[in-house]
Amino acid sequence: MIVCEHIFKSYFSGDLETPVLKDVSFQINDGEFVAIMGPSGSGKSTLMHILGALDTPTAGKYLLDGHDVSKMADDELAEIRRKKIGFVFQAFNLLPRASVVRNVALPLVYAEMPKAQREEQAKQALLQTGLDESRFNHLSNQLSGGQMQRVAIARALVNNPSLLLADEPTGNLDTNTGEIVLSTFQKLNATGRTIVLITHEHDVAAHARRIIHIRDGKILSDEVNARQITTRSRVEE
Amino acid sequence: MNTSDLFEESYSALAVNKVRTSLTMLGIIIGIGSVIAMVAMGQGAQSTIAANIASIGSNLIIVSPGAQRGPGVTVSAGLGSAQSLTMDDEQAISTQVTLAKAVDPELSRRYQVTAKGTNTNTQVVGTNENYPEVRNLSIDSGSFITAQQVQDLAKVAVLGPTTRDDLFGQGASAIGQTIRINQIEFKVIGITVSKGGSGFFNQDDTIFIPISVAQHYLAGPNADGQPYVSSVAISAQSADVMSAVQQQVTDLLLQRHKISNPALADFTVQNQADIVSAASSVTNTFTMLLASIAGISLLVGGIGIMNMMLTTVTERTREIGLRKAIGAKRGDISFQFLTEAVLLTFLGGGIGIGLGWVLAVLLSKFAGITTQISSSSVILAFGVSVAIGLIFGYYPARRASKLNPIEALRFE
Ligand SMILES: Nc1ncnc2c1ncn2[C@@H]1O[C@H](COP(=O)(O)OP(=O)(O)O)[C@@H](O)[C@H]1O
Ligand SMILES: [Mg+2]
Repeated sequence: MIVCEHIFKSYFSGDLETPVLKDVSFQINDGEFVAIMGPSGSGKSTLMHILGALDTPTAGKYLLDGHDVSKMADDELAEIRRKKIGFVFQAFNLLPRASVVRNVALPLVYAEMPKAQREEQAKQALLQTGLDESRFNHLSNQLSGGQMQRVAIARALVNNPSLLLADEPTGNLDTNTGEIVLSTFQKLNATGRTIVLITHEHDVAAHARRIIHIRDGKILSDEVNARQITTRSRVEE
Repeated sequence: MNTSDLFEESYSALAVNKVRTSLTMLGIIIGIGSVIAMVAMGQGAQSTIAANIASIGSNLIIVSPGAQRGPGVTVSAGLGSAQSLTMDDEQAISTQVTLAKAVDPELSRRYQVTAKGTNTNTQVVGTNENYPEVRNLSIDSGSFITAQQVQDLAKVAVLGPTTRDDLFGQGASAIGQTIRINQIEFKVIGITVSKGGSGFFNQDDTIFIPISVAQHYLAGPNADGQPYVSSVAISAQSADVMSAVQQQVTDLLLQRHKISNPALADFTVQNQADIVSAASSVTNTFTMLLASIAGISLLVGGIGIMNMMLTTVTERTREIGLRKAIGAKRGDISFQFLTEAVLLTFLGGGIGIGLGWVLAVLLSKFAGITTQISSSSVILAFGVSVAIGLIFGYYPARRASKLNPIEALRFE
């Protein structure tokens, strides 16, 4: 579970303070599928970095599963990320000359898991994203964009995180491929995963069950998405 | 991250850019290879010289006429060419220096030597029956000069194997044959065992004759009408009494020559250790010089490693950011980059040692240079290459570990 209480975040360059997040508070329960939506520059990525324990807030409190992440040092943050967070980035960020399985198993290397077990777990995660099994031993740069993003999702899942964070995961994909990726998220959510999806596109946000609108570092609205787009409804049209 | 994963990650990172990796490694390979080859040359030279000097006798002390040049000392004649050391001095040393095991007089000069149409110019040493014991010399066939022959002024000669080859042909039996030294006939009575020496003290290209004959027929007396010697060789009873013997000899000769100030002595007493250390200090300097030239190329290799690692860190900023985002700690990142650098220098060092070894073998095979590879130089080379990896890899690794994951992921 995520609890954000009066989060402020400013960037400093010299004496100059640039406030980005201004008093953001919300709560996300286990099993939710939330989209954080807002225009470019509104502070979405900044918020995701805090939620993903890549950064700490300037002021305010952030609790992840009861742990206060807001005051942690670098290596403690790394530990939290390793155990509780899965990231999906717009640019995939796969190791180009490594196999699909090796990419997915990478987070488990830092958990010091034996190799055989790592690969087994990586294959399980890949199966959940629906990537064809014949691709598992391909090099990651031999895949299409949609396949790469599914590998990246599998990598985010492999450590069995309590929170899956995706920053513009469809930003580099065409509409159809993006749709496949979004439906993957929906399937994962159906199995109980907590997912936070960050986007500036309304169509993308519409795949989530709850949408938090953010503008200029403040929450504009936070409501249940009554008209959730599901893959099935799309395919049937 | 556990050790095998660390090596796997590092290895695959190096394997991604094989050309760059091997070029960078080349710097270390050449550096280590030349250090190994150069040190092998230096050590080879040193051991050759040490063996040569050892072959001239054990616990050897040599007394020569003439003083060593020093500040404020005017010397009438150069070391060895003066005639101030007489046969009586030799007698006195042999009877009064109690710690000496054996003493022999030596009077050497080069002469034209002929035998049945062949001729050569070689060193002729007049000496007595003690020479083989003092100088560690063995007889291959026939016999050495006896005390009786010295007393009787017998015109007999013992040849070194090289001289024998020059005069009578390779391996010929020369015993009983006649040779002429300075037109005087000598009968060959023995051949010495080869010592394989070269340069300095080549006892293989020498003719030995009785000292009395050398003094009487070849050299003549000195200005005072005394038979003289060009050196007196003394074998001390043991290595421990070397300096005591030197002291005894010095005191005795100062007294006999009526010299009160030792600084004005008209003779020089040198022991083998002096000769060895003088020679090895030269080869040591030589080895150091060679090794430091090679060391510079090693340093350049190390800088090459640092350069490549820094480039790698910049190129892989995104990868580093990702690794951090999925849970790598600072230590994991810096260890990985450090391992890459050390792996590079370790492999480079290993190949370099092989290269240096091959080079050393080729040098001794085709250039006739004696080389010697010691295990200590191999261990040192490995140590140095690993140390270079650690030193030159440290800064890039630290830089990688300090990258902020957010900045790193944003990096385009
Ligand atoms: N490291 C930083 N230093 C200074 N300003 C930053 C930094 N990161 C982001 N910003 C600023 O914060 C604001 C919000 O950025 P971001 O969170 O990336 O927005 P979004 O993801 O919604 O487009 C932008 O104005 C951006 O320029
Ligand atoms: Mg953004």
